[in-house]
Amino acid sequence: MSQPELPAHRQLPRSAVVSVFVLLGIPILAILIVPIYASDGPRVGGWPFFYWYQMVWVLVSGVFTAAAFQVVRRARARDER
Amino acid sequence: MSAVLAAHPAAAAAASVPLAAGKGVNGVELAVVVFFFLVVSAGGFLAARWRRPENPNSLDEWGLGGRGFGTLVTWFLLGGDLYTAYTFVAVPAAMFATGAVTGFFAVPYTIIVYPIIFVFMPRLWSVARRHGYVTPADFVRGRYDSRALALAVAVTGILATMPYIALQLVGIQAVLDTIGLGGSGNTLAADLPLFIAFAVLAAYTYSSGLRAPALIAFVKDTLIYLVIVVAIIYIGVKIGFGDMFDAAEKKMATKTKAGTPTGTFIPGGSTYWAYSSLALGSALALFMYPHSITASLSAKNRNTIRRNAAILPLYSLMLALLALVGYAAIANKTTVFGRDGYANPQLAVPHFFQDVFPSWFAGVAFAAIAIGALVPAAIMSIAAANLFTRNIYREFIKPDATPRQEAQVSKITSLVVKFGALFFVLTLERQNAINLQLLGGVWILQTFLAIVAGLFTRWFHRWALLAGWAVGMVYGTVVAYRQTVPNTKTKLVNGAPVIENHGTRHFGSSLAYFPFTDTKVYVALTAFLLNVLVAVILTSVLRALKVADGTDATSPQDYYSDAGEPGVLEEMPFEGVAAAGGPPDQSSGPARPR
Repeated sequence: MSQPELPAHRQLPRSAVVSVFVLLGIPILAILIVPIYASDGPRVGGWPFFYWYQMVWVLVSGVFTAAAFQVVRRARARDER
Repeated sequence: MSAVLAAHPAAAAAASVPLAAGKGVNGVELAVVVFFFLVVSAGGFLAARWRRPENPNSLDEWGLGGRGFGTLVTWFLLGGDLYTAYTFVAVPAAMFATGAVTGFFAVPYTIIVYPIIFVFMPRLWSVARRHGYVTPADFVRGRYDSRALALAVAVTGILATMPYIALQLVGIQAVLDTIGLGGSGNTLAADLPLFIAFAVLAAYTYSSGLRAPALIAFVKDTLIYLVIVVAIIYIGVKIGFGDMFDAAEKKMATKTKAGTPTGTFIPGGSTYWAYSSLALGSALALFMYPHSITASLSAKNRNTIRRNAAILPLYSLMLALLALVGYAAIANKTTVFGRDGYANPQLAVPHFFQDVFPSWFAGVAFAAIAIGALVPAAIMSIAAANLFTRNIYREFIKPDATPRQEAQVSKITSLVVKFGALFFVLTLERQNAINLQLLGGVWILQTFLAIVAGLFTRWFHRWALLAGWAVGMVYGTVVAYRQTVPNTKTKLVNGAPVIENHGTRHFGSSLAYFPFTDTKVYVALTAFLLNVLVAVILTSVLRALKVADGTDATSPQDYYSDAGEPGVLEEMPFEGVAAAGGPPDQSSGPARPR
């Protein structure tokens, strides 16, 4: 069946793609490199570093993803102007 | 969540203070649970009227909720879908039994999964919306023009989902056992509550489709958040976080009879790779599960998915706090003997709640867990049914099925799937479901390359992808089978724990040595690397030999299309008057691929 044409292929600008991958990559690396945080100290409020470090990244990772989302949105908005 | 329970030997559950098993039924807890069950059941049936479409008899409506869920509904739906009752029971259970590597890895796992889906899920959403794909196998079929590859993806999805549904029942069983129902003598009468719960669930899923779990998820998550906030305040005030962590550290360092530590409090050098590979492998696998994709495709536009990637970590925060309840149970000296007299770490969380909360609030917590099982069980059965209908029934049995017939077949299949899972749990030992769930995680990751690489490139050859999938499946299954551990059970005899030896059992761990090293990593990830290696080499060979690789039904723009563009239906019919003028036939869904 024939479908209406979509707007032309819209790859994001290179600068936006780089920013998105950096923003998304930082939390992944911060978490996957376990030796960074596999220690008991410094404890905060009784929490070993190993545990509170990961708790902090749960929240911070959301901020990084939200930032990546904003980068995509702005790049798209520029596209349409 | 995959692989969670795999590694802890039951023996580790032997608690220090014995407890009389087989108390009577706790009436207050039971009443609270029944009350919430009735509330969500009513909601489940009423969900059929929620945003009621003009033509509810199609897979787009029944199986994807009309593809019109906004940010908030999608957030609850995905949250309810990914963070299951089994997770709530099994992650703290693993923390309780063997500590961080087998339990807390769920936290890094759910941190890194969202940046990953941020990259690929909008593309899958777009191409699925543009071509009317309902399942990941639909996409593979269209992209690679290969019925065999699509069948492989569909069958893998169904196989991986079935034991997952069964484990949701195991989660409910843990709650029922704590309340004082079920347990010894696996008779039908003892399991009657479970049977009733599932029959009601099956009935409203049948009538309301994906709208039912979407609505119930609100109740489930409100209860869960409430319970976890109260639990954390209790732990902070009554136990103290420092004391809690110290108690856990002490237990994990205690030597077992075999002379090895009970578990891991903080991963050491030899388990860095285990920890990160479990997190990475599970993260890559999570959104290959059919139920995750079903919930994602039901979103109304691309931005709904991206926004959710940013806000879903709130659930991970809850999961992390709940995981620590496993440690709190250690500090509280909670015992985990079930009504059958055997130690079962999965009882750690329900028993802890029963120990420290008044009965009515423990009832709320149990209701949260039980409802937490119903939401994903519904979505999983819908997702498995969609796979069967689209990629087996329509592909091989009745190619000219109408949307109405598709919806009907899916509804019936969802019943079969649910009662299959119920039969499985009631007749076989729990360990079988857990083993299959471990395998399911290994299997589902083997579909990653065909689905996700396909969203970005058509370079891979369809036969190479099929070969890579097959190699990964076989390798992963064999290696997982070979992980034997002593099969010990701890039974309470006259108030004292006695360890019974039952030889060894297979599927004892989700970790295995990486080939040619002495480092243990997640089996699924090793199998996946092998899968990629085979696919890359064979693609090069097949391309060099110029073997035909089929016609790609998609075009590059399809991967960027969004709601509201030409050829992409923006408004689904139930969204209100906007679509009222649309052609009635189209309202059953976007253009169907042929």
